[in-house]
Amino acid sequence: MTHFLTTSYSVFVGRLLLACGIVFLATGPFLLDASGMQVMTEFMLMLVLALMWNLLAGYADIVTIGQHAFVGVGAYAFFGFLVFGEWNPYLSVLMAGAVAMLLAVPVMVIIFRLRTAYLAVGSWVVAETLMLCAGKLSAFGGGSGISMPVSAVKQFGARIGERYAHIYWLALVLLAVVFISTWLLMRSAVGLGLTAMRDNEDGAGAVGVNLTRSRVLCFLWTAPFLGLAGALITLQKLRVAPPASFSITEWTVYIIFIVLIGGVGSFEGPVIGGIVFFLLREYLAEVGVWHFIVLGPISIVIILIEPRGLWGLLRRFVPGDLIPVSYTPSALKGTKTEKARSLAASTSDVLSQS
Amino acid sequence: MLKLVDVSKRFGALSVLQNLDLTVAAGNVLGVIGPNGAGKTTLFNIIAGAQVPSAGQVHLDDRDITHVKVWDRCRLGIGRTYQVPKPFTHMSVFENVMVAAVHGGRMGIRAAKEQAQHVIELTGLIHRLRTPAGHLSLLDLKRLELAKALAQKPRLLLLDEIAGGLTESECDTLLEIVKTARDQGATIVWIEHVLHALRRIATRLAVLHGGTIISSGAPDEVLADSRVKEVYLGV
Ligand SMILES: Nc1ncnc2c1ncn2[C@@H]1O[C@H](COP(=O)(O)OP(=O)(O)OP(=O)(O)O)[C@@H](O)[C@H]1O
Ligand SMILES: [Mg+2]
Repeated sequence: MTHFLTTSYSVFVGRLLLACGIVFLATGPFLLDASGMQVMTEFMLMLVLALMWNLLAGYADIVTIGQHAFVGVGAYAFFGFLVFGEWNPYLSVLMAGAVAMLLAVPVMVIIFRLRTAYLAVGSWVVAETLMLCAGKLSAFGGGSGISMPVSAVKQFGARIGERYAHIYWLALVLLAVVFISTWLLMRSAVGLGLTAMRDNEDGAGAVGVNLTRSRVLCFLWTAPFLGLAGALITLQKLRVAPPASFSITEWTVYIIFIVLIGGVGSFEGPVIGGIVFFLLREYLAEVGVWHFIVLGPISIVIILIEPRGLWGLLRRFVPGDLIPVSYTPSALKGTKTEKARSLAASTSDVLSQS
Repeated sequence: MLKLVDVSKRFGALSVLQNLDLTVAAGNVLGVIGPNGAGKTTLFNIIAGAQVPSAGQVHLDDRDITHVKVWDRCRLGIGRTYQVPKPFTHMSVFENVMVAAVHGGRMGIRAAKEQAQHVIELTGLIHRLRTPAGHLSLLDLKRLELAKALAQKPRLLLLDEIAGGLTESECDTLLEIVKTARDQGATIVWIEHVLHALRRIATRLAVLHGGTIISSGAPDEVLADSRVKEVYLGV
């Protein structure tokens, strides 16, 4: 069994599964009924949030628990431009991203003065403050929120099935953009530095990785995507309200579970965590809030066994990344024997580890 | 090329360096010796920018770099090995060195790949090219430290105890590597307890004791100094 897993065959199988997942997502509206589409839309949006939290916490060491700030601000911005500004619906969605990005600048100035636990608490305080401010906006229904008028909703489809499919496509496009662009980022020189920061921050700074600039870049990178997700979440829920749009449970706590269960500091982790989370949620739905109580111990057990989550566990057997971000030597200039030796060395390492 | 002026470093009540002055001319190989806890690594931390001195300045080529960040100093040409290695544990040896070449050495990806391959071969890690750094032995980790420093093509190379635990022939190889770096124009400061290695390459020697340099100059003179014999060689 170990033998099967340690071969590159397992990487192939993993990629095949990934490809099947992509095909499934790309054909979703043709296969799923309305409620299935809703669940998958939610899955894709949660995955977007998870990828972003992973980038911040897993690589740049910005362990925020205030991610819901940008989701909420995106939600309110979208609502404002669409309903009050009567802007084009797509432009309103994009504006949610733009506003979130603008907001990221002052937020960064505040929380980047802090580190570790203080940063986490600081980010939470910022998010709660923004939620309170949102509750003061009487045009947006104050503390109890406001529903989207029918005319605005109908711009995304007159019939309900049509609308669900429309939102699904928007979520899929967002996920694709987030996934591909973040993958390209991680493949770049910046990403190489971020991966080094993940493993050893001091060490990364010591060989020339600009830690400050990397952090700023990550923060500005994630904010607009969080805002865009906030807009699409609003489209799904058809209303904005401070506690729902700025929900720390849904947009931060669940997201942290997803990333921790799946594996922090990898591309595969959030994907695996997202799938596990949704399966658990669907099957534990009957037990109500208990699924929340079940999730905690599960993630703690996983982390205790392997800090890098389920993907970290699998990675002990699978010899390569499914979504490759690492650099490999272009062509081994050495002789064939050298090549064989280095291969043998890496294989024996994998074996000795498992 | 490198000049420390009146540098002091305190950790709370503990004063590690006191009013230290040091000048290293371009092209020199300065050996730094001193008993354990003398503050040698702290001195490197201050030169490389990992720590800010409590007082005093650091100059590189007549530029005051006392408050320049550690990553910017890499870009100014300071390369350094750490006594306690700082590997990127989940990245391969190749990627570890790539990080240094791309960021510290400001190379494009393609040039960095070649440079990484080159220094990995040079430091004898080629058979570990794809091994995650977390799996290396301590000796290989020290080689990796050296490879990362060299990959940046530094003008000023700081080596912190890299010869410990090497066999004689490995030590010869190491000296060849350092000589190559010197011949390519790098100025070198080398902290080492393995004296015979230093004596074969150092143009100058400095002895650190009690937070200051108690003697410096040509290696033979320094080693003949009575105070040095007393504190360091224990004679
Ligand atoms: N960050 C720190 N905080 C507090 N004390 C420190 C710190 N770094 C070093 N020291 C103390 O400063 C003194 C000098 O340390 P340093 O590592 O510079 O010595 P060294 O000369 O490199 O010794 P060795 O030969 O063992 O490497 C030691 O007493 C050490 O305990
Ligand atoms: Mg030391």
